[in-house]
Amino acid sequence: MAVALILLLVAIGSVLFHIYSPWWWTPIATNWAYIDHTINITFWITGFVFVAVIAFMAYCVFRFHHKEGRRADYNPENKKLEWWLSVGTGIGVAAMLAPGLVVWHQFVTVPADATEVEVMGQQWQWSFRLPGKDGRLGTSDVRNIASDNPMGLNRDDPHAQDDVVIENGDLHLQLGKPVKVLLRSVDVLHDFYVPEFRAKMDMVPGMVTYFWITPIRTGTFDVLCAELCGAAHYQMRAKVIIDEEREYHAWLEQQKTFAELSPANTVVKARFQSGGK
Amino acid sequence: MVDIPYEGIAGTPPAEVPDVELYHPRSWWTRYVFSQDAKVIAIQYSLTASAIGLVALVLSWLMRLQLGFPGTFSFIDANQYLQFITMHGMIMVIYLLTALFLGGFGNYLIPLMVGARDMVFPYVNMLSYWVYLLAVLVLASTFFVPGGPTGAGWTLYPPQAILSGTPGQDWGIILMMSSLILFIIGFTMGGLNYVVTVLQARTRGMTLMRLPLTVWGIFTATVMALLAFPALFVASVMLLLDRLLGTSFFMPSLVEMGQQSKYGGGSPLLFQHLFWFFGHPEVYIVALPAFGIVSDLISTHARKNIFGYRMMVWAIVAIGALSFVVWAHHMYVSGMFPQFGYFFATTTLIIAIPTAIKVYNWVLTLWRGDIHLRVPMLFALGFIITFVNGGLTGLFLGNVVVDVPLSDTMFVVAHFHMVMGVAPIMVVLGAIYHWYPKVTGRMYNDALGKFHFWVTFLGAYLIFFPMHYLGLLGVPRRYFELGDTSFIPSSAHSLNAFISVVALTVGFSQMVFLFNLAWSLFKGEASGGNPWRATTLEWQTPETPPGHGNWGKELPVVYRWAYDYSVPGAEEDFIPQNQPPRGTHVVQGAAS
Repeated sequence: MAVALILLLVAIGSVLFHIYSPWWWTPIATNWAYIDHTINITFWITGFVFVAVIAFMAYCVFRFHHKEGRRADYNPENKKLEWWLSVGTGIGVAAMLAPGLVVWHQFVTVPADATEVEVMGQQWQWSFRLPGKDGRLGTSDVRNIASDNPMGLNRDDPHAQDDVVIENGDLHLQLGKPVKVLLRSVDVLHDFYVPEFRAKMDMVPGMVTYFWITPIRTGTFDVLCAELCGAAHYQMRAKVIIDEEREYHAWLEQQKTFAELSPANTVVKARFQSGGK
Repeated sequence: MVDIPYEGIAGTPPAEVPDVELYHPRSWWTRYVFSQDAKVIAIQYSLTASAIGLVALVLSWLMRLQLGFPGTFSFIDANQYLQFITMHGMIMVIYLLTALFLGGFGNYLIPLMVGARDMVFPYVNMLSYWVYLLAVLVLASTFFVPGGPTGAGWTLYPPQAILSGTPGQDWGIILMMSSLILFIIGFTMGGLNYVVTVLQARTRGMTLMRLPLTVWGIFTATVMALLAFPALFVASVMLLLDRLLGTSFFMPSLVEMGQQSKYGGGSPLLFQHLFWFFGHPEVYIVALPAFGIVSDLISTHARKNIFGYRMMVWAIVAIGALSFVVWAHHMYVSGMFPQFGYFFATTTLIIAIPTAIKVYNWVLTLWRGDIHLRVPMLFALGFIITFVNGGLTGLFLGNVVVDVPLSDTMFVVAHFHMVMGVAPIMVVLGAIYHWYPKVTGRMYNDALGKFHFWVTFLGAYLIFFPMHYLGLLGVPRRYFELGDTSFIPSSAHSLNAFISVVALTVGFSQMVFLFNLAWSLFKGEASGGNPWRATTLEWQTPETPPGHGNWGKELPVVYRWAYDYSVPGAEEDFIPQNQPPRGTHVVQGAAS
């Protein structure tokens, strides 16, 4: 029976494709292997249901397709069967949801020792900011943005002066150190997306969003924008480099602070206002 | 004499309707153009929706040409690509699927299936179509205005949608919002009709639990649409004000192309909540009519009652209700309050249970059936496979933390195309084949129909199944070009080219379908009134195609549910809903 066979082949072919396909997720670079595990659980459960339903359907087509003289059963309902199927489905759903919610709890709970890094999106480039020696990011406001202050930092905030500002450069992160990535946009929605990190989050003008990661391997990774942000969305690129501690600090030494990048008179003014530092 | 059940229940319409109430057409214009006959309106809706749907199909070819062979087609630039994806999405979801299921199938089938002569407000029903047509024309006009249509993506997220970095910021976005507002006005006029007709104009004996599932699906979807579209209406009006008057409902302080803007104090997330408060029910507004229709296709062509009818009805209602509390699963990575994740993941996965019950009941209907593998049945089987596939990948995206890596990738594109593109289209096509003999009085060409099915079903599966794996790899959606990206191997580009070739093939095979419909209209065999030997009322009309007023002099009386197939002891393998029980003495016209 050709139709039944083709239906069955669709199910078998899908499973074989899943197993042998060369397209699979990128090697993970952060602590979020939990997410990969949850996806695997989901693949097993949904894969089983998919094959079972289609195999059953194919069997019905094979066994009960019309022949001269066949007459269908009359069978309006079967409460017991419907009840058991509902309960079974409920268990399957719970088996996917429970680990999902546990991992989500981890995802939204930032460890206390995470250092902060800021990523700012604008059409169509990325900027980065790291806290300076004081370990704190200074305040910022879109209204402060000007040609000599592209990230809109607050000149009156002493914490902002030593912030490391990276324009049109790459972001470096230190291996093994949990980091809270603060996300900010000055124009439209963007999304800081590194496939190897698994984590991503939209950047929304008027808000500061975040996710956290702990890098677990060194390497250079492509940053893409994952939220449509206009004509050159596809060209909004950067790189993140994960370094060992020594290389990371060597890189950090070379970066310029906000004060160093600012015109001299504005810095003096800020020092005066904040009581000097 | 056995009593005729349900005779004389208060509120049931009289058997005979005086002529004047039927608004009989008096001229060619009122018969074919400004017609108040729901069946003519249905055909007008269907033809308009299909015409604009063909535009969206062509747009998808252009997108696939670019994705499969980047750099080859110099006539497609990045701006146009975004305009294509935006218009493709918006047309397919709203102007094709919603209009076709509710305006097309709803108008044709509701009055016939419930045993009414027409919709209860025929004039408003006619207006509904004309406002819809205006909405379509306004939408189509954006292709010809300066700057072209909006390229903001079908989700139209501000601030991007109304700022200068996005194509169509000039006219396109304004006309898009205007068109949506018109669509909602037109839909509301039709939607009120469908609801009131189902509730008030059912013939004698047609209790709610005797309604065919097609009517249950369309009815529930219409109620949902009446509740969900207002959210889109409000969002559209506010976005229009932000764009035209410089208000800031959705616009925070921001910098536009290096300049400080005048906006401030608005919330981009507010738009997303409003949009998805509409947008998620919208998925089920498209799905529920498909669920209902496919139930009837399966039951009729398997010659077996739908399994678990009551559970099927409750599942439709439960899905409809639940779909209003899951919307923010489209916003897991939007930056909204993180604790929402727990709630929306839980509600979203709970929806899987009534949905799974429907799937089980469809395949259990096949069990020990007498399955006729006619074209409508083949499409129903194709629906089950694509819907199960798309529904199961929904469990990935609904489970909040799993959505984090997959959101905004091709996995999402593959998922929603499978579940709310291919699957409902399978039902639309199956339903057109199924009711074609009733609408035209002629039979379609079977060989062409089967060819159309296999190319469409296998082709669509080959397009969208592998696409999930591109998303798993991390390939982002809405990208004009992938460019030089370290994690994307060259094999992924080959897969993209393969998908494009299949997509073009499937697209062109739809021409076979259109040819079949046109050719059969003139050359098809006469079908007779009930070629599938079906039980529901639309197959029992005195004329085929049914005339204005549907039922001749007297309305049918309903004695049984819609699924009396292969009843033990009955001579035939079907008993029409209006066939009295054995031994019933029916007095002609007794109730009037």
